[in-house]
Amino acid sequence: MSDADSGNDDHPEKWELRLYVAGQTPKSVAAFSNLKRVCEEHLSGKYKIEVIDLLKNPQLAQGDQIVAIPTLVRKLPEPVRKIIGDLSNTDRVLVGLQLRPQSQGSK
Amino acid sequence: MAFEEIPEELTANVRSLDFDLDKLVGEKKLIIDHVRVERSEIEETGEYDLEGLFVRLGHAIDSIAAKRVVLDTLETLFGGLSNASILRSELRRLFRWLKDRGVTAIITAERGEGTLTRHGLEEYVSDCVIVLDHRVTEQLSTRRLRIVKYRGSTHGTNEFPFLIDENGISVLPITSALLTHDAPTERVSSGIKELDGMLSGEGYFRGASVLISGTAGTGKTSIAANFAAACCARGERCLYFAFEESPKQLVRNMRSIGLDLQPWIDNKLLQIHSARPSLHGLEMHLAVVHKAIRDFQPHGVVIDPISNFTASGSATDSKSMLTRLVDFLKSRQITAVFTSLVGGVVALEENDVGVSSIIDTWLLVRDVELHGERTRGLYLLKSRGMAHSNRVREFLLTVRGVQLIDWSTSRPPIHTAHNEPQISPTHK
Repeated sequence: MSDADSGNDDHPEKWELRLYVAGQTPKSVAAFSNLKRVCEEHLSGKYKIEVIDLLKNPQLAQGDQIVAIPTLVRKLPEPVRKIIGDLSNTDRVLVGLQLRPQSQGSK
Repeated sequence: MAFEEIPEELTANVRSLDFDLDKLVGEKKLIIDHVRVERSEIEETGEYDLEGLFVRLGHAIDSIAAKRVVLDTLETLFGGLSNASILRSELRRLFRWLKDRGVTAIITAERGEGTLTRHGLEEYVSDCVIVLDHRVTEQLSTRRLRIVKYRGSTHGTNEFPFLIDENGISVLPITSALLTHDAPTERVSSGIKELDGMLSGEGYFRGASVLISGTAGTGKTSIAANFAAACCARGERCLYFAFEESPKQLVRNMRSIGLDLQPWIDNKLLQIHSARPSLHGLEMHLAVVHKAIRDFQPHGVVIDPISNFTASGSATDSKSMLTRLVDFLKSRQITAVFTSLVGGVVALEENDVGVSSIIDTWLLVRDVELHGERTRGLYLLKSRGMAHSNRVREFLLTVRGVQLIDWSTSRPPIHTAHNEPQISPTHK
């Protein structure tokens, strides 16, 4: 039970993720499928992914300070974290999402 | 697009330059997008590009139909993102994209070591590169600007000083102009009747540069002030740079020789600028003089004196500065009177040789010892383009004003108690 408690602290119930893309580019598609895979493995059932296409909604780029594409923004849990790139390196995605402490990640 | 300041800061900072950004934003003439890239909250994994920046920029441009874009400071991205090769190729793409959009873009960057910008990229993809620097020489600081490259144009390659003050930024491209200025034949009075008489009866040429040099206390300022008053009396504006006296001092002192400048100051025909020459460097002085001239649009300018003004730089510097100043004044057909303090009597004529070539009319005032008395003598060393007197006149400063007296008539050999009787005859 104690294990589960600490697990809950590290991985809260609600994960709100936003993936910013600009059109259906190979990088965007790769990023989405990589993200989906990581989430299924580590956050099954507690995550929500919102994909924002900046070509359709350019005004949304300013709010989350988007510069690079693709950018994954972890809105919840706080603090906000950003991961840019096609999310191909799973270790670094986990570090970026703070699902794994940095020391274990391949820096 | 601001990478370093948030809109509120930017608005507050440029308010001191008299720019009202809130108003411009309200009128939809300006849009500020603050781009913040915080390395600590970003993890990079795999390939990415800067399409987000492009989208933001494109959206901002479209929303107000912008013609100009400012990116301040682009290189901040290098601090926020680690993949320099992606950044470099993306920035190159950005420059291309901006050009295709048909917007004029100003990109700021910090100077790097050995290169014009830190990453050596912007300067080489840009069409025009302007380098700004801030130099301190002998504790005086000057901001300077230089155009390093400008594709498709011939551009000045010199360094120009520029000023930032409450009226904004003034760049003062003070190069030696070509010698193409008009040569007016119109004359303007020197304010001293007898002096006009020496200058073939009519005074200086309009647009001429006049140098009055002399040793200390010989009345240079008085001659210059008479010119200023005459200028105002014609209903023309005159700008007086007093580098040794405050305006009040000047007015008081000129009253003692029967010249009242105050009415001209009151009706705004005369403007007196006083500043210590040591306040600015040479370039900055020139820049300040320029700006004052542009603002006031005078017909006549007095610089009193240029000698310690030029003392704040080397001889070559001061000569080139004067040349530029003279050219500038001539191009505007402003009649200019400079005074110059020279040291000893011996060096009188040599002392200003450096600048004499750019001077049209050169007056010398000096102490003359004659018959055991000390008096002032004035003569014309040169005056281009007119027949002029070669006589040395006696120059008197009286409560009724400046008087020039012909020596031969004014001074018949005087026999006073001071003269030795036995020496007098040998003088004959």
